[in-house]
Amino acid sequence: MRSSLDELYQEVILDHNRRPRNFRTIAPASHHANGHNPLCGDRLSLYVQVEAGVIADVAFQGSGCAISKASASLMTDAVKGHSIEDAHGLFLRFHRMVTTSADEAIEDMGKLSVLAGVREFPMRVKCASLAWHTLEAALSYTPEISTE
Amino acid sequence: MTTGAGTREAVSGLRTERTAPPAFDVQKIRNDFPILRRRVHGHPLVYLDNAATTQKPQAVIDALTRYYTESNANVHRGVHHLSEVATIAYDAARTTVRTFFNAASDREIVFTRNATESINLVANAFARPLLQAGDEILISAMEHHSNIVPWQLVCAERGARLRVAPMDDRGELILDAFAALLNERTCLVAITHMSNALGTVNPIADIVRLAHAADIPVLVDGSQAAYHMAVDVQALGVDFYAATGHKIYGPTGIGVLYGREALLEKMPPFLGGGDMIASVTFERSTWNVLPYKFEAGTPHIEGAIGLGAAIEYVSGVGFDAIVDHERDLLEYGTRVLEAVPGVRLVGTAPAKASILSFVMDGIHPHDVGTIVDREGVAIRTGHHCAQPVMDRLGVPATARASMAMYNTREELDALGTALRKVQGIFA
Ligand SMILES: Cc1ncc(COP(=O)(O)O)c(C=O)c1O
Repeated sequence: MRSSLDELYQEVILDHNRRPRNFRTIAPASHHANGHNPLCGDRLSLYVQVEAGVIADVAFQGSGCAISKASASLMTDAVKGHSIEDAHGLFLRFHRMVTTSADEAIEDMGKLSVLAGVREFPMRVKCASLAWHTLEAALSYTPEISTE
Repeated sequence: MTTGAGTREAVSGLRTERTAPPAFDVQKIRNDFPILRRRVHGHPLVYLDNAATTQKPQAVIDALTRYYTESNANVHRGVHHLSEVATIAYDAARTTVRTFFNAASDREIVFTRNATESINLVANAFARPLLQAGDEILISAMEHHSNIVPWQLVCAERGARLRVAPMDDRGELILDAFAALLNERTCLVAITHMSNALGTVNPIADIVRLAHAADIPVLVDGSQAAYHMAVDVQALGVDFYAATGHKIYGPTGIGVLYGREALLEKMPPFLGGGDMIASVTFERSTWNVLPYKFEAGTPHIEGAIGLGAAIEYVSGVGFDAIVDHERDLLEYGTRVLEAVPGVRLVGTAPAKASILSFVMDGIHPHDVGTIVDREGVAIRTGHHCAQPVMDRLGVPATARASMAMYNTREELDALGTALRKVQGIFA
């Protein structure tokens, strides 16, 4: 059986940490927000280009731990090309996946399911959700958010 | 018991003849700390987060239990037996603290909640009435947020200026630059005795000499120093010394402010309420004598008693032995970390104690912390409430292993092994 540590730091996550996707800026972007997790010092700038209600492009910059970086990278891949409503729905499902122990919360999460392992590490849930909270903030025109 | 006394005398007679201090038996010390027996994630606990808080010896746990089992009552209020017993125990704890820091009188020892409250007390009751627009308070680049924010608040209110003495890349205070910042507008120097983020020990006696030459009082944040070295407030010459009980092997919620009597005497109260008054009418109240003027409301009685027990425990072990043992741990731990590829120490001042702050190439400290925790090794990761220190040294965060008297070389080896595991995962 894989240990919960191996589950957390599995290859997909390490790969997204090493080579984050969409790790760049978009200028100008229709939506932008900065996310900050003061507990660990993670900082993330998120750029979203919305066209006709659809996320046409999304990118991020910043520094943080492997979990927050991989999560941001995976998120950009997951929401690109989707409508704002779909992205919001995915945020809610992602949040549920990392905060409950229910197995069915992992189903249909696609690649994002690799982050389900953080549920065993309550102190790290905020690292995984920072990018998602920042996306919600950007889409609602909130320029700065901080997960206390 | 005559035989017992005779044996003790014989032993102490032997002691005076010895040149070396008695061998420090770390295993015996460890046995006094019940929590060190527990396991975490299937491994023996390796507790290396002492700079955040230290573990408590059985003597402290017993003192708290005994207090609630045998003598709980409010202090300074009742004429009944229990109140008298509790009052005597509370005041005796103050005497123990006074002796520990070698203050001149019990009146100079104020019980607070923690070091943070001690510093806020001085900011509000000493600095605030004194500060005029354009005046300055001088701190250093390596302060904990507790020794930054209270001064920012009071400076903003009074139109005063907070100035910062710089440190070099190793985390050592630049004393010349510090001296150059002292001027006729400086009302107070507030500086840490030992950095919690880097381990740097500041030359407090020199700092005090420089400041006093310009008639400037000095507050020292002793949160970290107080459990690693003997502190003599009179020898250091400090005007205020803040300490926090939970880092001296005592309970949380109890702190200490040492203040020079002449200064405390002139200061207005910090908080108002019961215990701190001599008389109250609706027109006017008068203040109680020191130190009670600064202890409004029912105090943290069991906290003070627990701190007294902790200090008696520490004094029983003795700082000669503690300093020797911890110096060995620091040297050994430095070698262990330097042997792990990709590890870089942050904070390498020549004068430092008991703290190993470090970063690992390409691996965020938070990931380091999570992985070593699964090996039973507890370290702190983050900015350590010292964000300006991180900014100055150009790191977002560090991992920090901090030692106490009960740690061992084997535990530092366990840290080294765990760090190699981190590297294996990120390889
Ligand atoms: C150097 C320093 N100053 C101040 C503090 C604040 O201590 P407390 O939180 O107990 O008030 C700490 C500990 O966190 C510290 O390490």
